[in-house]
Amino acid sequence: MKLLPILILVGGLLIVLVAGGAFYTVHETETVILTQFGRPVGEPVTEPGLHFKTPFVQEVNRLEKRILEWDGDPTEMPTKDKTYISVDTFARWRISNPGRYFEKVGLERRALSRLEDIIGSEVRTAIAGHELIEVVRSDKDRVLPPNQVAEGTTASVQQTATRGRRALQKDILNAAAPKLTELGIELLDVRVKRVNYNQKVVGNIYQRMISERQQIAQRFRSEGEGEAAKINGRRGRDLKEVESEAYKRVQELRGEADAEASRIYAEAYNQSPEAQDFYGFMKTLDTYRTILGNQTSMILSTDSELFQLLERSKR
Amino acid sequence: MAKPTLAFRNPPDWSKLKVLRWIVPAILVLIMALTMYYTVPYDSQGVVLRFGKFSSIENPGLHFKLPFGIDTVETLPVKRQLKMEFGFGTEGATNLRQHSSSRRTRDQEKSMVTGDLNAALVEWVVQYSIDDPQMFLFTVRAPETTLRDLSEAVMREVIGDRTVDEVITTGRQEIEDKAVVRLRELTAEYKLGLKIDQLQLKNVNPPTAVQDSFNEVNKAQQDREKMINIANGEYNKVIPRAEGEAAQAISEAEGYKLKRINEAAGDVAAFKAQLVEYLKAPEVTRKRLYLEAMADVIPTLQNTWIVDEGVTQLLPMVQGAGIGGGK
Repeated sequence: MKLLPILILVGGLLIVLVAGGAFYTVHETETVILTQFGRPVGEPVTEPGLHFKTPFVQEVNRLEKRILEWDGDPTEMPTKDKTYISVDTFARWRISNPGRYFEKVGLERRALSRLEDIIGSEVRTAIAGHELIEVVRSDKDRVLPPNQVAEGTTASVQQTATRGRRALQKDILNAAAPKLTELGIELLDVRVKRVNYNQKVVGNIYQRMISERQQIAQRFRSEGEGEAAKINGRRGRDLKEVESEAYKRVQELRGEADAEASRIYAEAYNQSPEAQDFYGFMKTLDTYRTILGNQTSMILSTDSELFQLLERSKR
Repeated sequence: MAKPTLAFRNPPDWSKLKVLRWIVPAILVLIMALTMYYTVPYDSQGVVLRFGKFSSIENPGLHFKLPFGIDTVETLPVKRQLKMEFGFGTEGATNLRQHSSSRRTRDQEKSMVTGDLNAALVEWVVQYSIDDPQMFLFTVRAPETTLRDLSEAVMREVIGDRTVDEVITTGRQEIEDKAVVRLRELTAEYKLGLKIDQLQLKNVNPPTAVQDSFNEVNKAQQDREKMINIANGEYNKVIPRAEGEAAQAISEAEGYKLKRINEAAGDVAAFKAQLVEYLKAPEVTRKRLYLEAMADVIPTLQNTWIVDEGVTQLLPMVQGAGIGGGK
């Protein structure tokens, strides 16, 4: 038996098998559904690796085994308190039932479109049923610090939420997920990526913010003026106090000085009749010295004690 | 019988065709050689799949694998710290997913609603690395895109629970701490195979249209301080000086008191000494003092007339004396 013909036969057979697609690989991230003449055959293949199938007749259809994402477009919608906001959500989903998915949906494009419809409508419903504060707040138990700088103005009042964003997201998930299981899709979660004021509303929001800030600025300025006026008043009062206290003390001291001096003088000059006499005499002489000067002309008589020696001797 | 000849002039040389026999095997060997090895860069790890099924994880270096695409390798930069920017983008990033390419998207990323229903612009950075290559490749189809979406969702959650003042000024550290914890929670829950290293806030501002009014508040605060400082300055200029002047006046008065008392004491001491002498010889001392005084005074007088009772005619001739009548 010649070896060469056998090798050629085996080689040829292999080539035919491979070319006809008897082997196929399943990637870690894939689920494969085999179809025969367009109809699914057997169970979906989830085990990765090399597999066999009937060549030429069976076809390989690959589906994603991993968790997939859906990112909705930002959509404008009103809240319960009629504020128009733009909401951008995203979700995670997976093909939980490949057979059903393949049958009902087939292409991912179609799946995304169904997700858009179902999730989009549930989001609208949820937003329309809640006030804006419920959409904004996530941890409803966190107490916002009061706007201290704005105390006394309208900016200091804070709204509180009773449910919060997490509860809303759960609502949307619970409402949308059942509608998707019949398509073989498991919806894992829906989250809000972005929330913004819509273009028309944003102008009003900015106006409110501006006027809040202006009130705060005004408050600072008037506080400053008030404090300054208080300090200036205190300055005037303290100045008067210092000056008048000083005046009082000075007058006291001067009074004490004069009184003490008088007391000393009086004590000395009054100590005896002789002293009084002598004091009177000395004081008079001092007074002569002071009041009689080169502005004075005096007429003196020889009767006086001083000039008695000049008296014409008595004939 | 002669060999049958073909129609050509120069028949092809079939012996040369023997070489062709080896071309196909040679090509096959070449392909095999090229697909039989691979290198894993120093900062990465390689995930090897055989026929699509997970086989092993390889460290940096040169490795062999089964050729012809039987083994496939995906290299992931597990040791490199990766970065994602939100609301802005630095030029020259090598990772395409690091920041959004369109300006409009970046503007949308940073615009947020705060817990007091105001608005703010927040820019931030997330630093992360791939820490579970298998989970990263096989669990979620687009883990990095998912991380971007999650980061935005988490940041908005945290900002949505805070006032605009906290966001812009006082609460930055708290926001970073809260956000990174929440992001780690969700990254683990979503099985992204990523480790969040750090989250940092960058520029945080009020919306452009209201920035002026926010600046106005800062200015007003400064104005308030300035007004108070000026008033205090005035006070400190006036009061200490007045106190100084008051102290000076009081000192002067005390000096005056001292002077008067000392002068009085001095005068009195002199008087007492003189009194003692006087009392020893009163008449004589009296006369002496009197004559001494006159001797001091009379020479200084402008005019002096000494009259005697016998001299009466002189009187009318005295110039300007103004004495009428006789003695």
